[in-house]
Amino acid sequence: MISALLISVCLAADTPAKITLDPRLAAEEQQRIAVIAKVKPTVVAIFGPGGAGGGSGVLISADGYALSNYHVTSAAGNFMKCGLADGRLYDAVIVGIDPVGDVALIKLFGREDFPHSKLGDSDKLKLGDPLMAMGNPFLLATDFEPTVTFGIASGLHRYQYPAGTLLEYTDCIQTDASINPGNSGGPLFNRDGEVIGINGRGSFEKRGRVNVGVGYAISSNQIKNFLDHLKGGLVIDHATLGATVTTEADGRVVVNEILSSAEAYRRGLRPEDEIVSFAGRPVGSVNQFKNVLGIFPKGWRVDLTYRREQQKTTIKTKLAGVHAAGELLKKPQQPQPPGRPPGPGPKPEKMMAAPPKPKIPEELKKFFEAKEGFANYYFNRTLRDGLLAGLRSRGDFAKRTGAWKLVLVADAGGEVQITIDESSAVWKAGAVQFTARAGEEGRFDPPGTGGLLVAVDHWRRMLIDQNKWFPVCDYAGGFPSTNGELLLGVHAERGGVKTAWLFDRKNGELRGLECLADKDGDPCEIAFGEYQTISGVSLPHRWEISYGGKPAGAYRLRSAEVK
Amino acid sequence: MRARTNDVVRCLPLLLALFGFVAQPAFSQDAETIRRVSERMVKLFGAGGLGRIEAYGSGFLVSPNGHILTILNPLLDAPEITSVLADGRRLPAKLLAIDSVRELALLKVEGKDFMHFDLAETVSVEPGDLVLGFSNLFNIAAGSESVSVQRGVLAAHARLTARQGFNEFTYRGKVYVIDAPTNNPGAAGGALVDHRGRLLGIIGKEVKNALSETWVHYALPIDEFRELVRQVIAGKYKPTDPVAVDAKEKEQPRRVVKVDLRGIVPLPDVLDRTPAFIDAVQSGSPAEKAGLKADDLVLFVGESLVQSVDDFRVLIDKIPADQKVRLVVLRGQNLISVELPPRGAKSDVRTPESSAAEKKTKQP
Repeated sequence: MISALLISVCLAADTPAKITLDPRLAAEEQQRIAVIAKVKPTVVAIFGPGGAGGGSGVLISADGYALSNYHVTSAAGNFMKCGLADGRLYDAVIVGIDPVGDVALIKLFGREDFPHSKLGDSDKLKLGDPLMAMGNPFLLATDFEPTVTFGIASGLHRYQYPAGTLLEYTDCIQTDASINPGNSGGPLFNRDGEVIGINGRGSFEKRGRVNVGVGYAISSNQIKNFLDHLKGGLVIDHATLGATVTTEADGRVVVNEILSSAEAYRRGLRPEDEIVSFAGRPVGSVNQFKNVLGIFPKGWRVDLTYRREQQKTTIKTKLAGVHAAGELLKKPQQPQPPGRPPGPGPKPEKMMAAPPKPKIPEELKKFFEAKEGFANYYFNRTLRDGLLAGLRSRGDFAKRTGAWKLVLVADAGGEVQITIDESSAVWKAGAVQFTARAGEEGRFDPPGTGGLLVAVDHWRRMLIDQNKWFPVCDYAGGFPSTNGELLLGVHAERGGVKTAWLFDRKNGELRGLECLADKDGDPCEIAFGEYQTISGVSLPHRWEISYGGKPAGAYRLRSAEVK
Repeated sequence: MRARTNDVVRCLPLLLALFGFVAQPAFSQDAETIRRVSERMVKLFGAGGLGRIEAYGSGFLVSPNGHILTILNPLLDAPEITSVLADGRRLPAKLLAIDSVRELALLKVEGKDFMHFDLAETVSVEPGDLVLGFSNLFNIAAGSESVSVQRGVLAAHARLTARQGFNEFTYRGKVYVIDAPTNNPGAAGGALVDHRGRLLGIIGKEVKNALSETWVHYALPIDEFRELVRQVIAGKYKPTDPVAVDAKEKEQPRRVVKVDLRGIVPLPDVLDRTPAFIDAVQSGSPAEKAGLKADDLVLFVGESLVQSVDDFRVLIDKIPADQKVRLVVLRGQNLISVELPPRGAKSDVRTPESSAAEKKTKQP
C-alpha cells in the first residue's frame, strides 16, 4: 500500500496534482453556470431618470413587464432607466404598486422580445434548497452585469413586522444568500432558474446595514396573487379579516375582536372562536395567521375553518381592505434609501447647485397618466377598455335601448319573467311581482336575493352604455372564481350601488356580477354561463344567483326579447 | 493510476447504494437532514431585552430526558427561563450546571423521549467540509416555526484570541472557525452540524478577533463539552455554588483588554455619560509630547464626535493599529488639533488601571 503511494507521489511530482471532483459536484457546478447564463439577461438594474438611487428588478414577460420592490421604484420615480446585462439602458415607467407588500411592477420599452424569467412555485421550496440572488448590491455594476450570490433557504413562511414603515413581509423566504443595499427588488432564483422570490429586506444590527447572513424575499406565490392588480396600475391594498386574533396560553389562536360589519361576522365568526385553518393552511400562531392574510389582495374570498365548543365550521369569507382610500400613499416608506453603501460616506464635496431635472422622453410620457388613488391610470384605462370591448363584441347592445324581456326557468321549477327598461325592473313569477325603480323602491327585491332587480338593471346598463353610465368604472385586478382560476374584474359605482364585473381572462366572457346595494351587507351575486346567441345578441343561458354565501336560485334562459 | 482512482470514485456511490447506504454527497445538504436536526433545536427566552442584551437565544437537546445545552448568556439570569421546542411546546427550563471558562450552560426541562443529539458519536471534520449552522438568530422563528439554517464551510480549527467588547475571551482552546456569518444576536447556543446532520459543535457568542478587529464566527467543538454533559446527565456533576463562582472570579479576574490611550488619563467614568475631559497626561507619553494637557475636553477622534469617556475609549480603540490618531480638543475657548502616533508606540507609559491608581495619590 505504502509503496503504491510512494510510486504515485513520484509520478505526481512530474505533473501538477489534479483534484478529482466528485462527478455529481462537477455536474452541479455546470448546471449552476448554465442557469446563471440563462437568467442573467433578465435581471434589471433600476435607476431614477437622472441616474440617482438604485435597485434591482427582474423581467417577467417579453413585452417588458418587470418586478421590483416598492421602496426601490418609489425612490426612483414614475419614469426610470433600466440597465440590462447586455450593457444597454432602457426607459421604463411605473405600472402598479403594492406599498404594504413592497412590490412594484414596471414596464420597460424598446423591445418586444425582452429576455424574461418564469415565476416558480415558492410553496415547493424546502429548507436547505439552494438559492441564488441576483442584482446590483452597492451599485457595483457600472456595466449593469448583475452580481450573483449563492446560499440556501434558511427559513420559510417567515413573518417580518412592519418596523416603523408600511412594509410588512408576510410569508416571506429567509435566505443566507448575501442580500445587500442595491439587491432590493431583484430576483431570488431556485436551482432551475425560476424566480421564487423578490429580495427586499434583511436583518441588520450592530454591524450596520450590511448582510450578516439573513435576507428576506417576498414569495413568488404571493406576487402571483397580485399580478393582475399590479398590471392594472393600481395602488394595491392588502386584506384584513375584519378581526384581530390572539394566542391563548394553551397555544390556540382565537378571535379577539371582530367588526360586526365584517363578512366573516355575517357568516357566523365570533370572538373566542378558535381559528383552525385559513385559506387551506393550518393556523398555529398569530404569525401564521398574518402570513396567510398578507398574501391576498382585498376583495378575495377565502375559506376559514373555526372551532367553537368542539364543533368545526368552514365558511367562505371576503377579505376587506386594510387602509382607507388614499392612506397607502401617505404613510412613510423605508427610512433609508436603497443602494447607499455602508460605512463612513465620502467626504462631502463643497455645495453644488442642484442637478438639472432629467428630461423624460416624449414618447414615454404617453404611457403614464396620473389619477388620484392609482399608480398609473394609463394601464388601468387600457385594461378596462379591453374588457368592456369584449362585451361590445358579443352583440350590438348599444342599439338595444328599448325594453328587455327575459324568461327564466328555475331548476326548482317555475317560470320567471324579468322586464327591464329605462325606468324600472320588474320580476314576475306567477302572481308574485316585485318592482325596482331608481331611488329606494325595490332596492333589495326580490327578497332573499340582496337586490337581483337592481343588479339586472345595472347589467343592462353596462351592456348598452359600456362605462359611460357609471361615474366610476375602473379595472380592479384578478379575483378567484369558484374553481380557483383568476377572473379579471372591473369595479363600477352609480347612485350608491357598487358593482363588480368578472370576466373570463381567456375569452373575455362576462362570468359574474356582484351588486352591492347595502354597503354593510352582502351583495347579490350572479354567475353567468353557457353564452348563446338569442334575439341577435350573445346572452348567458345559465344564471346562478347567490346571496349571503347561500344559493338563491338557479335558472336557465328560455327566451329573450332584447329591443 | 489516476484513471483508476477516478473509476473508483465514480463507482463508489453506486457501490454504496448497492450496499444500501444512501450516499449523501458531502457538498450538499438535503431537506430530510435539515428536518431531523431542526427537531432537536430549542428556542430560549429569559431575562434581558434592554439595549444590546437580547432576551432570546438558542440551545439544543442532548438527552432524551430534556437536557438542553446552551451558551452562558445574560438571558439565563432570569428567575424563569422558557424553552420552546421544535413542535411549539413551551416548557420552563431549570439551570443545572455552568462552565464559566467555556461559557456553557446546561438546562433541563421535564419530560421524556425528547429528540436529541447523541454526543457519544465521534464526528471528524476538516477545513473545507460543508457545515450547517442552526439557531434562532434575530429571534426570527416563533412557536413551532423552524429555527434558521445557514450553510458554510469549516474554515479552520484553531485557537482564538478574541474579545467580547472590552473583555477578553476566556476560553483558550481550539474552536471551529466558520466562513458563514453564524454568530449573530440570538445565535449563541445553536448547533453546528456536518452535511449529514451530526453534531460538530455549539455556536458561540459574538466576539471580535483581538488581532484583526473583525467579527469571528466560531463554534466550540463537541470534544469540549462531551464530558460536561455526560457528567451532568449521570448526576456526577456538582452544581457550582453561586458564592463559589464569585470567589473563583476573584481569583482570576477577567482581564480587561488594554485600550491604548497614548498616555491620556480621562475622567473616571462614573456618570451615565461622563464628559471626555482629560484628567491627567502621563509624563513621557505620546499625549504629553503632542501637547495635550489636563482639563482639555476631547471633542473629536478623527471625524467622529466624542460624547462621553466611553465613546472616547471605543472610538480610539477602533482606529486600526497602524494608523495615527487625530484628536480635536477644546482648551478654554480654543480648538486644538493634535496627532498621536499609532498604537503601541514606544513610550514610558503604564496601564490605565495603574495610572488611575497613581493619579489618585497625585490629586491635590
